[in-house]
Amino acid sequence: MHGRPRKASKPEDEAASAAKAVKLRSLQSQFMTYHHEKIYTKEAIELSTKLLEINPEAYTAWNYRKLAVEDSLSRIESDPNSVKSILDEELRVVENALKQNFKSYGAWHHRKWVLSKGHSSTGNELKLLDKFQKLDPRNFHAWNYRRFVVELTNRSEQDELQYTDDMINNNFSNYSAWHNRSVLLSSLLANRVDGFIPEKKIPDEYEIVHQAIFTDPDDQSGWFYHLWLLAQTVNVESPLLTSSWPSHGSSVILSGAGCLIGSPFNVITFCSETGSVPLILYFDQAVGGVSSLTVTIDSELKGNENLVWEPISNKSSQVSCVWVARLKYLISEPCESKEYKVKVRLGNSPGIISSRGFNFSTPYEFVFTAHVHDTAKDSQERIVSWTDGFELWNAQSKDLNSLATSDQLNAGIDLKWRQAAIDSEIECFRLLADSKIGKLTLARLLMASEAMMSDAVVKGVHYEEILQLYNDLMALDSSHHHYYKDEHSVAFLHKVTSSSESLSRYLFRYRGMNNLVCLRLNKLSLSRIASVEKLLFVQMLDLSHNELHSTEGLEAMQLLSCLNLSHNRIRNFSALDSLRHVKQLKVLDVSHNHIGKHSVDTTRYLCSSPLSNSDWSQDDVRRQNPGLVTKYWDAYFVLRDLNLKQLDIAGNEIAGDEFNSFVLQVVPKLVWLNGQKPGN
Amino acid sequence: MIDLPPYPPLDPSNYYLIVVGTGVSESVSAAAASSSGSSVLHLDPNPFYGSHFASLSLPDLTSFLHSNSVSPHPPPPSSPPILPSNSHELISVDLVHRSLYSSVEISSFDSEILEEHSRRFNVDLCGPRVVFCADESINLMLKSGANNYVEFKSIDASFVGDSSGELRNVPDSRAAIFKSKSLTLLEKNLLMKFFKLVQSQLAESDDTTTTTVKISEEDMESPFVDFLAKMRLPPNIKSIILYAIAMLDYDQDNMETCRHLLKTKEGIDRLALYIKSMGRFSNALGALIYPIYGQGELPQAFCRRAAVKGCIYVLRMPITALLLDKETGDYKGVRLASGQEIFSQKLILDPCINVGLESLSSLTDQQNETLRVLVPKAMINKEKIARGICVIRGSVKSDISNALIVYPPKSLFPEQLTAIRVLQLGSGVAVCPADMHVLYFSILCENDDQGIKALLSAMSNLIRLPVPESDSSVENDTCEAKPLLLWRALYVQELVKGEFGGTISSMPSADGSLNYKETVESAVKLYEQIMGSEELFKEEETSLENTTEENEGGVEIEEN
Repeated sequence: MHGRPRKASKPEDEAASAAKAVKLRSLQSQFMTYHHEKIYTKEAIELSTKLLEINPEAYTAWNYRKLAVEDSLSRIESDPNSVKSILDEELRVVENALKQNFKSYGAWHHRKWVLSKGHSSTGNELKLLDKFQKLDPRNFHAWNYRRFVVELTNRSEQDELQYTDDMINNNFSNYSAWHNRSVLLSSLLANRVDGFIPEKKIPDEYEIVHQAIFTDPDDQSGWFYHLWLLAQTVNVESPLLTSSWPSHGSSVILSGAGCLIGSPFNVITFCSETGSVPLILYFDQAVGGVSSLTVTIDSELKGNENLVWEPISNKSSQVSCVWVARLKYLISEPCESKEYKVKVRLGNSPGIISSRGFNFSTPYEFVFTAHVHDTAKDSQERIVSWTDGFELWNAQSKDLNSLATSDQLNAGIDLKWRQAAIDSEIECFRLLADSKIGKLTLARLLMASEAMMSDAVVKGVHYEEILQLYNDLMALDSSHHHYYKDEHSVAFLHKVTSSSESLSRYLFRYRGMNNLVCLRLNKLSLSRIASVEKLLFVQMLDLSHNELHSTEGLEAMQLLSCLNLSHNRIRNFSALDSLRHVKQLKVLDVSHNHIGKHSVDTTRYLCSSPLSNSDWSQDDVRRQNPGLVTKYWDAYFVLRDLNLKQLDIAGNEIAGDEFNSFVLQVVPKLVWLNGQKPGN
Repeated sequence: MIDLPPYPPLDPSNYYLIVVGTGVSESVSAAAASSSGSSVLHLDPNPFYGSHFASLSLPDLTSFLHSNSVSPHPPPPSSPPILPSNSHELISVDLVHRSLYSSVEISSFDSEILEEHSRRFNVDLCGPRVVFCADESINLMLKSGANNYVEFKSIDASFVGDSSGELRNVPDSRAAIFKSKSLTLLEKNLLMKFFKLVQSQLAESDDTTTTTVKISEEDMESPFVDFLAKMRLPPNIKSIILYAIAMLDYDQDNMETCRHLLKTKEGIDRLALYIKSMGRFSNALGALIYPIYGQGELPQAFCRRAAVKGCIYVLRMPITALLLDKETGDYKGVRLASGQEIFSQKLILDPCINVGLESLSSLTDQQNETLRVLVPKAMINKEKIARGICVIRGSVKSDISNALIVYPPKSLFPEQLTAIRVLQLGSGVAVCPADMHVLYFSILCENDDQGIKALLSAMSNLIRLPVPESDSSVENDTCEAKPLLLWRALYVQELVKGEFGGTISSMPSADGSLNYKETVESAVKLYEQIMGSEELFKEEETSLENTTEENEGGVEIEEN
């Protein structure tokens, strides 16, 4: 039951419970003897009944009864009446046990077990449940069992929906009822049962939950349901391609390692000593099954018939939002500048399936032009400076559009009702914007609205308000400051990437190396990275002087070769784990962070630890210096997989001669460490 | 009146307390006194229990109202008012009957049907009246054990009405606010916030350690209506709170006509009673309950309790005179209509019993002082209550049987100065046959015409009057949905206050409120004055026998 204050037990209660314990102990030991000797006599079964009626938590006794039931059923064979009477006795014991403690897992489970034997009438079960749910309408055991019985009896989901209606009308502060409602509606909507079409039902549900939220904004149950509804409004079932690199209609210059003299200003130049360029597919939800079977490449570039697509995710799972393949462009014989068209097609044959089981069903293709140059001459390893050599992107340049267009976003979705629902929600929650949860909900709704807007004219109008709401929340509710801060960063990055115009303010060309495309998001107090799907083309990223804790999200930026993370709040190398996927990364600046404070990232639920890295294969470093590997395991695992030429680590607790020498062992190819050539 | 059958003389003829009249106040006093061990004789001139709180059949109600109304007032007895008693030390002072009712008008529109069912009605004299679950009367019943003799049912719903005829649910609880269709989202929000404020205010008074938001002292002294405005509550919600939850009578927005401008403190107290009532009994649907078989069950329950404790009951026994000591003027006893003289130390009388002004002139000052409370006073406060009873076929709201409807001041017509309350009751509480309902109406008024006019206006808002065949077609369409009137009573009742007079005290008449809070509180106060500051029913053990199992929506009240 809820809302009952706990009382200190009185001495006489304690005496009673002690007496009960003595009795229980003797019962229990007698019972265990029966159980071990597999005695299923009437007397033995009655003893277990007694035990369970006093203590329904005795799970062993429930299991014993299951064995006893099986035993007696095997003996009487097929007399339906005796079968029924045996099972009815079990139901009676469960009912008594539930009267004792109606949150007993064992008792509910036993009841399910008896019912699934299929000999008992299910008619009584709903009546019994009504009784229990009257006592405590929120008890989730009863609700779980209810779902089980409903499934068994083929009671219609509409009837059950009506039942949640009644329960909510009695007292809307009932998480279980709202939850069951969401379960039932999901199923009814998915199966398109009569009249259950999202564009009709979802607005109705909003109307119902408004009544709860406005009546008592301090009650959380309605808000949870609202959050679920919002997800139903925004989320689309079938996965879609959010963006790709190269994007449709773009041109890229591909060359070998080194510096290409006179590389044009308006086209991305990509250099690689391996002679392959990443193709990036970015989906709106995690998908699996991306392969050369489901994605076809038409190109004159040889040797790309069976491209290997890799999911980019920190978990070793086979689903991810981001998939990468490496397109080979340098064929052994030297060639003159040549132009190739590359056409990428996906969705024509089934196989790309979201983690929730929906097919990528809208075929899509994109075409880009690759200019392949011969290997460049100049391969001097110059230090990359973050202070000069930048030239602002020309805001008028049309090339930016071709870099940053989103591809399949919102294609073929019934946007109209979704937008209408979100708009009316926004209007509604402006009225509640004096409460914290009201502000948060409004901010979320405005974000959802921005995500759905396709009209470039009005796109971005909400961001100022969203940012202001999160600023207010940070001031009002300090205990959730970090969450609001993160959401503020997300909104800010959405704003930056919402149009070419706003993005161009942060975009530069770095003259030092082939006019790298550089995005400078420094000094913006960002605590989280977002909108990466619109930044796949970025080759150089300046995130210095922010409040970042981790590089999560950057793994999609497969072209990234220079990254500045100095003056942030990174606490260990595990926080840089996602960079292991960025094979192009040559320059990394993590100076002036908090690396060395904690080698385990305790701020995350699923954090990396020495035990989570299974790849403890022996290499030279481990053989020569096992002590240092153990000490700096987090740095070892990240740096080992990177291809760094330049690393800045100064200004961290970990920094020092010992660590520097360790770094040089792990990354022997390093050219610049903390601004100096090692060995000098 | 009724021909009295000859009575055997009462034995004993000496009591500590004689109580005349079996209304709620008198019955509570009789039960309390007999519980504390005093010898009590409880008399009533009527053949039924309850006096002005009785529930009667239609013919009995008709004859009671007629015999207690002003117009057919019998002339004062011709015999000399003061006679020597049988005993020579005493004188007797004749009593006169005071009529509480005026403008009584009873009309039947379908005598045949009503006669057929005439004994199946239990119609209240003091309606509309309900019991609040947290009401003092319930506490007294629990304390005295009188709860064993009454069973209640919930009032299903309460509504606010207006001249359009539309009845809107009163959003009086969290669930009701959630379900309400007439409130906007913002109104729901503001109203719930206000309820929470009231609740935290209540919690404060119970528990001093919590530091919740509290209403300031200054606000507590300000008019309640101003405080509601300060809480940004819109007019429609203000009106619901004032008239349908706090159950006020006078228009709080009109300084000229408002006889009682409620302070915030009092307003919070009234809401507190309502809120506490909502949650008191788990098997009650809302704040209000009604006794099965009518309000007459309540005084009767106290009488039965008193009888169990040794109180002697005689019905159909008027008293005709008081006996006073010749020398000291002290009260000694009463003379019954049977002629027998009975003696007691204390006397409690029904508000209808007075001494004639002409008899006072020949009395000594001491004798006059003893009879002080029985002297009819010129009414300073001309406040009266107009009541109406209608028997209808059907219900004013489909699917709902027992319901309270409030028409706030000015909601029916511009000159409506006070709130009109309407209570519909059905066969579920055993007051009428199955397909009918009894409706009670009341309004405070300054004169009979004003009151009757308002009642008729409310009636026509809810009920279809039987129209002669000739012009029935005109309004048929609009009235089709309204239930049809079968029987109607209209009457205006005086509001008489109770008075403590030492050995002789007079109890108040049925008051103008919806519940028994004030009636019982004043009865308790009077009783304590009469008996000394003894606590009522203090030693009573309440029976906690649980009989709530399966009584089809009945509300058993019990201590929890």
